[in-house]
Amino acid sequence: MIEIEGLTKRFGAVAAVSGLSLKVGKGEVLGFLGPNGAGKSTTMKMVTGYLAPTEGRIRVCGHDVETSTIGAQAAIGYLPEGAPAYGDMTARQFLMFIAEVRGFTGAEAKARVASVVEKTELAPVLDQPIETLSKGFKRRVGLAQAILHDPPVLIMDEPTDGLDPNQKHSVRTLIRAMAAQKAIIVSTHLLEEVEAICTRVVIIDRGTIVADGTPAQLLARSRYHNAVTLLLPQGEAAEAEKKLKSLGAVAGIEKSARDDGTVQMTAFPKSGALLIEAVGALAMSENWNVKEMYAEAGRLDEVFRAITTRDTDRAKAART
Amino acid sequence: MKYVWPIFKREFAAYFATPLAYVFIVIFLFSMGAFTFYVGHFYDNGIADLSVFFGFHPWLYLFLVPAISMRLWAEERRSGTMELLLTLPVPIWATVVAKHLAAWAFTGIALLLTFPIWLTVNFLGQPDNGVILASYVGSFLMAGGYLAIGSCISATTNNQVIAFVVSVAVCFLFTISGAPLVLDFFQAWAPLTLIDAISSFSFLTHFTAITAGVIDLRDIVFFVTLIALFLAANVVVVDLKKSA
Repeated sequence: MIEIEGLTKRFGAVAAVSGLSLKVGKGEVLGFLGPNGAGKSTTMKMVTGYLAPTEGRIRVCGHDVETSTIGAQAAIGYLPEGAPAYGDMTARQFLMFIAEVRGFTGAEAKARVASVVEKTELAPVLDQPIETLSKGFKRRVGLAQAILHDPPVLIMDEPTDGLDPNQKHSVRTLIRAMAAQKAIIVSTHLLEEVEAICTRVVIIDRGTIVADGTPAQLLARSRYHNAVTLLLPQGEAAEAEKKLKSLGAVAGIEKSARDDGTVQMTAFPKSGALLIEAVGALAMSENWNVKEMYAEAGRLDEVFRAITTRDTDRAKAART
Repeated sequence: MKYVWPIFKREFAAYFATPLAYVFIVIFLFSMGAFTFYVGHFYDNGIADLSVFFGFHPWLYLFLVPAISMRLWAEERRSGTMELLLTLPVPIWATVVAKHLAAWAFTGIALLLTFPIWLTVNFLGQPDNGVILASYVGSFLMAGGYLAIGSCISATTNNQVIAFVVSVAVCFLFTISGAPLVLDFFQAWAPLTLIDAISSFSFLTHFTAITAGVIDLRDIVFFVTLIALFLAANVVVVDLKKSA
């Protein structure tokens, strides 16, 4: 439903996006990750027709965004970064305006507004000017205008930014509920959000894709994937480390002492190996006084850090 | 039309959602009155017509219209709603036209609210109401011209103060382009046809012709063409900013 081919955007000499290609189909919730300035927002702005690409093509539901802009935009629901809205309008007026611009009139427009108000739980603030609303409600007004026409393609730039945990949860539930019928792109900095709602993750850095896969595939790239972490008393730590190292599947050990007199120890597996059973058996037979023991699925933040660059490095690279 | 109407409606309502509309209308009516009666010595002239009143219109518009037009696009850019507006399935030309028409309708209302002066002059004597009607039409067209210029300039910046100052300057040049102040600059080197062309851009010349009571098609065509040209330029400016 979304096809991006060789997309490039230059601002002067700086390439914000370079040669990006991507396809997103129905039923996919694509988590768009990357450091600040990696080109996430710029890409979304081009897909929605707000910015014109320097090179490349974008098709949305068969409409070329550059030549058939209106057709593409009619198929897209878009929540821009920061959820901009006209502050002097009430939420109801604003949503009615969006409904009319999207071609709904009279009773149908009202029904559409009523339906998204229910989905986004906006009823209590419907007749307040948007500029007086809290950040959470403002964000939901933005979300409501994006889904008002039940678009086949939904693009959201940081939809849960600034929401409290309850609000985040309800927005994620809403996104999951719509997922089967739509192609959805969500940009985010929250790695737990990716695990909560995304069926696919694309990480971009310096305008190009550096990783593309399911959340599980990305987790498997983590060095923590299948690693086992133990919490042991100080006294047993040295002995345990020695024994763990002697296990064939262990590639290495990291440990750190805690203030409460225990030591946290993580055993990393050789590639592909499963450690938890062997470590468990060892702990039993040695009769260690284990406080905690768990196998790690992998850490997305660690994968993220490993494959993207820090902003200071990027700034340096841009200068040279 | 289906594209223009919802945006027109929103824009028009936006004037009245803030104090802007009321402040503008009050200042507009107050300065119209002040200029007509105190500077123009309306009563002392002893003539029952509104030529003094209309004579001040270009000069008041010069400052008041850019105050309306400066926010048209600059504010959308500043607040981020530009991104929302331009990603809705509406062609850019329709958005440009809707914004201009809403601003124009708003100034039209301010202009209509000057009707007490028309009542006054009819109470005092027997003015030529045809001339007055023509003058109102001319004044409205001229306001549309200033608005189109201001709207186009507003689209180039996200700073309303810059939009205001530049609009006043450009509108000023258009107002007096028939006067020596502008023409002397070109007289020394430019060919006569260019000088004629420049002086024909003068709002004052065209407006004065209309207020004389003759609605000449050429004067109307002038204002309508000027509005169309600046709105077309406005579309180009908005479109160019997409690729910037």
